[in-house]
Amino acid sequence: MTQTAPQFHRLVASSGALVRFLIDGAPAEARVGDLLITAILLNRPNLRRFEFADTHRAGFCLMAGCQDCWVTLADGQRLRTCSELVQDGMHVIIDGAPT
Amino acid sequence: MSRIVVIGAGPAGLRTVECLAEAGLRPILIDESRRPGGQIYRQPPNGVPDAARLYGFEASKATALHALLARLGDRVEYRPDTLVWAIEGKRLSLLTGGNQHSFIEADALVLTTGAMDRILPFPGWTLPGVYTLGAAQIALKSQGVAIGRRVALVGAGPLLPLVTHQYRKAGAELVLSLDVTGLAPKLVLAGAMLANPKTVAKGLFYLARNALGGVPQRFGAKSLQAIGDGRVEGLVWQDNAGRSHTIACDAIGVSFGLRSEIQLADLAGCAMAFDPLTRQWQPERSPEGRSSVAGVYLAGDGAVIGGADVAELAGPRTALTVLADLGHKVDPARLAHLDSALARQRRFRVALEHAYPFPAALLDTLDDAEILCRCEGITVGTLRAAVRGRDVTEINRLKALTRIGMGRCQGRVCGQAAAELLARERAVEVEAVGRLRSNPPVKPVPLQAPLAASEDAA
Repeated sequence: MTQTAPQFHRLVASSGALVRFLIDGAPAEARVGDLLITAILLNRPNLRRFEFADTHRAGFCLMAGCQDCWVTLADGQRLRTCSELVQDGMHVIIDGAPT
Repeated sequence: MSRIVVIGAGPAGLRTVECLAEAGLRPILIDESRRPGGQIYRQPPNGVPDAARLYGFEASKATALHALLARLGDRVEYRPDTLVWAIEGKRLSLLTGGNQHSFIEADALVLTTGAMDRILPFPGWTLPGVYTLGAAQIALKSQGVAIGRRVALVGAGPLLPLVTHQYRKAGAELVLSLDVTGLAPKLVLAGAMLANPKTVAKGLFYLARNALGGVPQRFGAKSLQAIGDGRVEGLVWQDNAGRSHTIACDAIGVSFGLRSEIQLADLAGCAMAFDPLTRQWQPERSPEGRSSVAGVYLAGDGAVIGGADVAELAGPRTALTVLADLGHKVDPARLAHLDSALARQRRFRVALEHAYPFPAALLDTLDDAEILCRCEGITVGTLRAAVRGRDVTEINRLKALTRIGMGRCQGRVCGQAAAELLARERAVEVEAVGRLRSNPPVKPVPLQAPLAASEDAA
């Protein structure tokens, strides 16, 4: 297990069409029907920086209760990733886009 | 015609609207999710390709509930993707699709708001890769993904053997299934066989199949710790004999029973009572489904922890009370049938709660440095300092002084643990420290939405 390996692991193949989106400026792939949290964590080990310490967070309850999985998109929009689907062209910021 | 609003499209809410619709009323069903089923029967966004494989025994129940609204058609006004974020009297503030704001005035309210995992902090619990058992289950059922490649599951309730079974069946690599409450309390289930032989048999089947499937199952833990550099790399736990064990894993699914979602009942003015069996505050509910407020009714795990099967019975039971209160004729044979089924389930549930006692010992292992409030990173030490230095005796005072319970989750995650820790510091029973008062919005809402709506109204 490396520090950059994705957190989630797909067990059941998705029949959804390919979705292309961006994480910190880098291209990433997901499937139609993937929640945004699924899409990100199938590519990355976490979702966001924690505001109160130098650590990261990767969600917790997946049922819209804990509010741990809010992320910011490049356009400034904030989304709770366990209740939103990934969309083509979304640009998620975790550690900041490369300049 | 009376406007009856049911909040929550899990097993309780769906069976409630079914019963109301059959009586010719057209209930409004409001649900935060986009598709019906609630959390326990959460659906994938793009349909269920292989429900039987992911649900096991529960597949037929899930399929029936998922099809229920389609079958009822326009006899139910279904409003998915809609959050009820405030209640004043019986006027509800709604947020639909994350940006459309509206209000609705109900004549009668049925709250079927369900439950989420009960959480207790332990060292490392905020590391990426630690999830609730409910989350582990939702990842699998709704998305077909596991929370990691090498998964450890830890629990103190019947969700543990179920999720273990579902993960094993789906082909996940499970390195450990750890029941922190130990094996000895399970003896009470022998008596419970009489009340609910089918469910006990199912539980035994899960345990046996999990064992045969090669999942290492362990019973009894005095401490837990998630370890890793920036993410979960292992779980360390101490068994009841005091031996320490370390197992490599990259994800941990962990929770300790269920916690009722009570905020909306609180905002509706329902009187709350402490349930000593599950150590939590819940809205008072009569056996018929009435709350303390006229015209506000309750069913399912949001009022009494009973699980999905009980919710499917409590829904129609409560709906019949609503109908009777509206002057409809109610079939006494159906009432009697539901009441006897619910009484049998209740006897079983009491035994089940005793089989999975609250793992209070885990709280004694917490150092001051441990995070208690996940939202804002506030520590156990901050709580202890407030109790000792500022003589805090009550949970809302603790919140005001420390912000514990004030973050984005509004105490859903830390609230019960904070109350337990406060009670331990004061050496009093947990009910003596009170309960967190609920405040709107019960979940984060974008500011521009209510502002725009109030401008429209002005």
